[in-house]
Amino acid sequence: MLTAIVVSIVTFLVLQVLPGDPARLMLGTEATPEVYARVRHELALDQPPLGRYLNWFWGFLRGEWGNSWRYSMPVRGLALQAFPLSFSLGLSAVGLSLLVAIPSGIFMAIKPASLLARALSVATQVSFGLPQFWVGLLLIQVFAVELRLLPAGGNASPLGLLLPTLTLALPRSAILGRFMRAGMAEAMQQDYVRTARAKGLAGGVVIYKHALRNGVLSVFTIAGLQFAQLLAGTIVIEQVFGLPGVGQLLLAGVFQRDLPLVQALVMVIVLFILLFDLLFDLGLGLLDPRIRYE
Amino acid sequence: MNRGPTATRIWGVVLVGCVFALTILGYFYTPYEPHEVRVLERFQPPSGEHLLGTDHFGRDIFSRILVGGRISLLIGIGAVFLGSVLGTTLGLVAGYRGGAWEEGIMRISTSIQAFPSILLALLFATIWEPGIQVVLWSVSIGNIPNFLRLTRNQVLSIKKRPYIEAARALGARDWRIMLRHIIPNLRDALLVQFTVSLAGAILVEASLSYLGVGIQPPTPSWGRMLREAQNYTSLAPWTLFPGLFIAVTVIGFNLLGDSWIFRRDDVLKRE
Repeated sequence: MLTAIVVSIVTFLVLQVLPGDPARLMLGTEATPEVYARVRHELALDQPPLGRYLNWFWGFLRGEWGNSWRYSMPVRGLALQAFPLSFSLGLSAVGLSLLVAIPSGIFMAIKPASLLARALSVATQVSFGLPQFWVGLLLIQVFAVELRLLPAGGNASPLGLLLPTLTLALPRSAILGRFMRAGMAEAMQQDYVRTARAKGLAGGVVIYKHALRNGVLSVFTIAGLQFAQLLAGTIVIEQVFGLPGVGQLLLAGVFQRDLPLVQALVMVIVLFILLFDLLFDLGLGLLDPRIRYE
Repeated sequence: MNRGPTATRIWGVVLVGCVFALTILGYFYTPYEPHEVRVLERFQPPSGEHLLGTDHFGRDIFSRILVGGRISLLIGIGAVFLGSVLGTTLGLVAGYRGGAWEEGIMRISTSIQAFPSILLALLFATIWEPGIQVVLWSVSIGNIPNFLRLTRNQVLSIKKRPYIEAARALGARDWRIMLRHIIPNLRDALLVQFTVSLAGAILVEASLSYLGVGIQPPTPSWGRMLREAQNYTSLAPWTLFPGLFIAVTVIGFNLLGDSWIFRRDDVLKRE
């Protein structure tokens, strides 16, 4: 909560106080003094920063995010149009990466010496280092240009979201796969797993009933955090595939110096990240009683 | 797992070595002048004449790649260095002083962590012109929390050890204890963090340049080249080559960082 307030102050400071004069930013250097004075007054820039901050923050909390300078529309309306797309993109990407990461992580943990596990390990290392926008461009090249199977972009239908989802899921499944492997490897060494083995339970039962349950916990935590971070991560991918999500809106705001738009979108994304941090801390405590103490 | 660390280290050294070698080569020799526009030679596919083909201005892509890497490396190293110095200093103060100092510094750190580097960069790009300074500041600020937490945790665990108390009993001042006794203990961990952060920084720089808020033309950079390539990939897929070099650089630094983690664990085991 306190962090949220600090974050809001930082955002406000960076956008409204650091540049010195948002009215100048908005009008450029060639506006007449009268227009300049009028705009300053309309934007309430002639008031002290603290008052402006409180005004803005209070308005933000009540859902009044101001008007976009560029589009002359309420920022909230623009944001509400853009968020569902980015949201579903993030959700499907994290879902897909969990589907890939959990089985491959288990496999890497229980058969670390096998050829497939080694290959997976290399693939993890590689996909972790690939620039996402490049992967996106390559996928477009292969599936849209060469094979003509899928739309290249600018298309928010389920089919059009397939390539962006794949692109976003690739590095995330690599990270989650690593955590899965580490979590499983650790769980497999615990006493209760050895006990289960010793009393003669089949290997599969031990793995899925005893080890997996504990090994998978950290993976879910990380996946939750990743989902929140993905709202920022989709910015690049939306640019690659020309998808009208939050990223494109934010980027347009940046290039057109649309301060209210940028300010509100950044705040929403950051608050979202903080909220998910909190929720996952709480959720993890419910799943795993050992964590509750702190 | 015995083979793993060695292979990791070798690959890391080889990949990073290649990138550095090519970048240094770029200072002395490029097949073509990287800025030279030859309209008649637009979109030449890779051949003996143009190793990786030419772009929409007829510029030689391989020459531009040779020159384009230096800005990524320089910015990456500079930004991570700045972030590591700030983060380590704050971490030392937080761990060593404790109390309200620690509370305040950790609060700042969690607030920074809520901003992904890209988001921070977009904030800066809104008020400044897009360019190098946007990348430099967003990456270095974004890296502060990693170094800060690392340093603080180490300081907390080292602080209570007898030799620190001995040093203090002998009358050593705070800064002397930090410099002579605490920093040397941190060196390995910081080195690993630095390498891994460098990989991340190069990735962020490339993404920002691709989005158009990072490195600006005429300076060639790999990310920017891909931004310009995007409109022509169906005509000239070889314009996507710069991405390969970003990938090799990032993977190389990641492997290098990983191999140092392994080595440190080896050393600990032997002890």
